[in-house]
Amino acid sequence: MEINKKILMPSKETRQEKFGRTLSFISISAIVVLVALILYFIISKGVSTFTQNHVNLWDFISKQDWSPSTIGKDGKPEVGALPMIVTSFSVTFLSALIATPFAIAVGIYMTIIGPKKSRGFLQTVVELLVGIPSVVYGFIGLTIIVPIVRTLFGGTGFGILSATMVLFVMVLPTITSLTVDSLNAVPKHLSEASLALGATRWQTIYKVVLRSATPGILTAVIFGMARAFGEALAVQMVIGNAILMPKNLITPASTLTSQLTTGIGNTVMGTLGNNALWSLALVLLLMSLFFNILVKLIGKKGKLK
Amino acid sequence: MMKIKKWSLMTAVVLMAGSVLTACGVNSASNNKITVVGSTALQPLVEEAANAYQAKNKGLSITVQGGGSGTGLSQLQAGAVTIGNSDVFAENQKGIKAENIVDHRVAVVGITPVVNKETGVKNISLENLRKIFTGKITNWKQLGGKNTPIEVINRVKGSGTRNTFESNVLNGETAVKAQEQDSNGTVRRIVATTPGAISYLSFSFVDKTLQPLSIDNVKPTDKNVETNAWKIWSYEHMYTSKKISENTKKFLEYIDSKEVQDGLVKKLGYISIHNMKVKRDAKNQIVH
Repeated sequence: MEINKKILMPSKETRQEKFGRTLSFISISAIVVLVALILYFIISKGVSTFTQNHVNLWDFISKQDWSPSTIGKDGKPEVGALPMIVTSFSVTFLSALIATPFAIAVGIYMTIIGPKKSRGFLQTVVELLVGIPSVVYGFIGLTIIVPIVRTLFGGTGFGILSATMVLFVMVLPTITSLTVDSLNAVPKHLSEASLALGATRWQTIYKVVLRSATPGILTAVIFGMARAFGEALAVQMVIGNAILMPKNLITPASTLTSQLTTGIGNTVMGTLGNNALWSLALVLLLMSLFFNILVKLIGKKGKLK
Repeated sequence: MMKIKKWSLMTAVVLMAGSVLTACGVNSASNNKITVVGSTALQPLVEEAANAYQAKNKGLSITVQGGGSGTGLSQLQAGAVTIGNSDVFAENQKGIKAENIVDHRVAVVGITPVVNKETGVKNISLENLRKIFTGKITNWKQLGGKNTPIEVINRVKGSGTRNTFESNVLNGETAVKAQEQDSNGTVRRIVATTPGAISYLSFSFVDKTLQPLSIDNVKPTDKNVETNAWKIWSYEHMYTSKKISENTKKFLEYIDSKEVQDGLVKKLGYISIHNMKVKRDAKNQIVH
């Protein structure tokens, strides 16, 4: 009887497993609830600009005058976010465009060309760049890049160009480390076969390794772009925050994020001025969702067949 | 069985401790705790005053935070804080019901236009100043200075400093679209290093790296603000709800006392509310 009971009772190990499972379930559900709440909050706040304050959605994304707290000439508040949307995309694309060649070059050196010793060193350098807080990047931008841009190109030095330079350094480590991962993931036998067929190292890198790592590299670029798109503080310090349609790269402009950080403390919850800022946040959220979906699509479709 | 008992006992203890703690929290919130949130321009003064006051009154806890005038007023209206600091009259802040809260004016801040030192301009007429900030004058040459394009640097829309400047200078006209910076410190830095830059700062932030402008030959000094000869100034408000605790009342009285008004207020570059020879209302009119 005793033995029977002992065998049928859950063992200590079973209880451990149950405990572990409950613990991870609680953590996961906490995170899911948190994400759902954040989504709900941003969406409900962001949408109220259009539902409560009756701002036309098309005006929001196509007009160029942004002054939600005051009444404009036509008797309606001016809620045109186009200049900020355009500027955000400009700095994002430009910085990714400049950073990608550098990242691929560093990635190829670290995985294929360079000696083993230098790989560890470069790894440390790249990781160090990730660890620097964005306010430090902004400060360096303000004290060094802005004056340089001013002396080289004239104007005040504030603008998309300075922001691009700062973001370039900030997205470089993201793109580089993900590129290195995807280059490392290329199966050894592919490059070995290519070399055995008599291809030179450059031909192997260019036609085999890079080709088969392309989806991974594209994913790296998109992650870098997502980082650039969401960066607020460093950009705000060097872009000048003027809500103007950017005409060139060296006049002050304003991104979605920089407008959010500068405006949020000066508006009152529930007013249009505040809601309009939440709508900007909603645009940011939708964009990061879009970037995520893009990464998933590339991962699925881009594989070498 | 033993295990289950242990667990339930522990849970019970934790729950009880929690409820006792929160009960304490509620009690102290109404009596010994004062939370002040809002205007960054007023923050240094209230912080210093709070430190001095807490040193004298043990057991009292005063928390002072920035966040901006809008945040201060909306948090007060929501009942989240005891005092909401603001550079602007609550009447002029959208979404705030001014009739439900009480205004305590504790200091005055003078604001002066500042320019980069190399522009070669030291005095300007109010009309020309308006023309600069509405974008009608675009080069310092037009004002007898160097041939440098004018770079307007604004504070963020809704900032107290900008509101004060625009209501006293622009005369209802719309400001030119220009750079916006969100703090006095950044503005000072940018004006000092950018050729042709013009902006405006509270008196306490003006230093040797910048050129403050006289307007119609009136210099930006405390004396001129007190007599309203210098027109660009604003009150620093500490708003409370209508019912306040004894401690909050005493703290506000302390800030209004001679000790603070002649000491800290002057030391930190504000102008004492006691020295003002004129009064203004929310519509920016002088009242007698």
